Amino acid sequence: MTHADALPDLTPRPVAAVPAPPRRAAAARDLRTLRVLWRREMLRFVRNRVRIATSLVMPLLFLLILGSGLNSALDRPGAGAGAGPGSGDFRSYLFPGVLLMVVQGPAMTVGALIVWDRQAGFLRQMLVAPVRRGALLGGICLGGATSGAAYAVPMLLMAGVVGVPYGFHLLLALAVLVLVAFSFTVLGVLGAVCIRKPETFDIVMGLCAMPLLFLSGALFPVHQLPGWLNAAVVVNPLTYGVDALRRVIPGGTAWAGEDAGPQWWGWTPPVLLELAFLALLAVGALAVAARRFSRTD
Amino acid sequence: MTPSGTGAVIRTEGLRKAYGDIEAVAGLDLAVPAGEIFGFLGPNGAGKSTTISMLCTLSRPTSGRAEVAGHDIVREPAAVRRSIGLVFQETTLDRELTVEENLRFQADLFDMPRRTARDRIGHLLELVDLADRRNAMVRTLSGGMQRRLEIARGLLHSPRVLFLDEPTTGLDPQTRGAIWEYLLRLPREDGVTIFLTTHHLAEAEHCGRLAIMDNGKLLVEDTPALLKAVIASDLVEIRTGDDTAAAQAIRTRFGLDATASAAGLRFRVADGAAFVPRLCSELTVPIHSVTVTPPTLDDVFLHYTGRPIRDAGGPGPTLSAGPRR
Repeated sequence: MTHADALPDLTPRPVAAVPAPPRRAAAARDLRTLRVLWRREMLRFVRNRVRIATSLVMPLLFLLILGSGLNSALDRPGAGAGAGPGSGDFRSYLFPGVLLMVVQGPAMTVGALIVWDRQAGFLRQMLVAPVRRGALLGGICLGGATSGAAYAVPMLLMAGVVGVPYGFHLLLALAVLVLVAFSFTVLGVLGAVCIRKPETFDIVMGLCAMPLLFLSGALFPVHQLPGWLNAAVVVNPLTYGVDALRRVIPGGTAWAGEDAGPQWWGWTPPVLLELAFLALLAVGALAVAARRFSRTD
Repeated sequence: MTPSGTGAVIRTEGLRKAYGDIEAVAGLDLAVPAGEIFGFLGPNGAGKSTTISMLCTLSRPTSGRAEVAGHDIVREPAAVRRSIGLVFQETTLDRELTVEENLRFQADLFDMPRRTARDRIGHLLELVDLADRRNAMVRTLSGGMQRRLEIARGLLHSPRVLFLDEPTTGLDPQTRGAIWEYLLRLPREDGVTIFLTTHHLAEAEHCGRLAIMDNGKLLVEDTPALLKAVIASDLVEIRTGDDTAAAQAIRTRFGLDATASAAGLRFRVADGAAFVPRLCSELTVPIHSVTVTPPTLDDVFLHYTGRPIRDAGGPGPTLSAGPRR
């Protein structure tokens, strides 16, 4: 071993020298990396109580004020309860969209953490550790998925206020939200590895977030948009997250109708396929980010 | 050439890094013996940080090669990373985590067994006198404490080499002195080789060996004492009753050029201490005081680069103080 003979014996150590790490499978090491970065995210999450509180205010205002306001404005004559499209409560329609908004902010912030870590230097410390950089990014994204979904929990508990019944479907919705939060974090991470300046990053993310949200069908039905916008809707990954969420939550589709979701050449993909598609895109984007991140200059 | 087995823990051969047309590091050949405090002295922009960056596998050399702890920096980056600790110029702690959490984060990243990590964290916190701040948030620590914590973190996984890039930048002189107390202890107590960059001459004096770098090139490398011996002359400053007459006498009797400065007359002579008695007996002008200063690293730097290092904190040269009259 070249290791042993280069180290002089004349320097006694007060503690036993750390033995070379056992040759565990690379996968186990990656898992530990994932876990430690996830844990860091959780620690930061639980310590940031003020942000937890404030981040809920905005969507709540949306839901209660805008939702109620539009609900009465959009109250069409002749629309009875449960009589097809245009009949449901607009607030129930808005509910999945607001859940998405709740998740979006914190999830993207976690992705943005890379930019700030880079600025603060903390990132360099991670980069010099003997870990795979893809695992670092993966851990950050899992952290974003968890904290994003955690923000959604109090919102889900308010389901009754907007006329959404309580039940197992809310847990399913939470599961979908984990995936959506993961995707948002990946988006943030992808931006963060490509853009180095925090100012530029904030602008770019702001510019991306708005159209993504508006063209996802989260806030209003998008199936009647003009063709070129409709194309944007169909390629927008969030569309599938929103639609899955809508179809999981009772009353989510009632206001706009069942067929308001995304269609592939006239065919409406099942919920599971929508989720698989979203997951595939997220993992793909994560792989691109990891590739870029692994480059040394 | 086999890099290991010769006692060198860092070895570079023609290491080069270019950014476009600019050569940040222009062919560096270096061998750092194990167990040493090795200083890299040079002004800002000399290529010190770039060199560290390459040795730490954070950037790829344009050409040339280097080995750290017997591992090639390009072919075995993971092995190199396991053998090194790193303290950057800027703080790289997570301010939102506690002292211990920062260390545990590092231990996890280095895949240290849990019990080893716990023992080692306890030991290092004692070493840098932060044991009582274990659960404090990093943002509540002073600058000096944060630096100490970073040094502890750099040592956590028992690296063979600890790289310190300008470890005392931004610290007040007192804290700087305290940091050095810890650093000087490390090779003795932890058996680690320390490789540090600095542009503070006072810090460079602490190093066992010193390499002077300027414009991406290594100018000279030796122990501080031997580097200064190269200058081979002491600075003599005298205050007399009549500087003009004294300068005249020094020129005619000893053939030395004395310049007038705010502190009196000054000139360089080999073995200044032995020269003083002769000076006193030969000069007829009354002498008020004589000061003999052995060569400093500043003189060494000046000698090799032709200009003084920019260093406000060190024993800076006062040669430009200007004539009195």
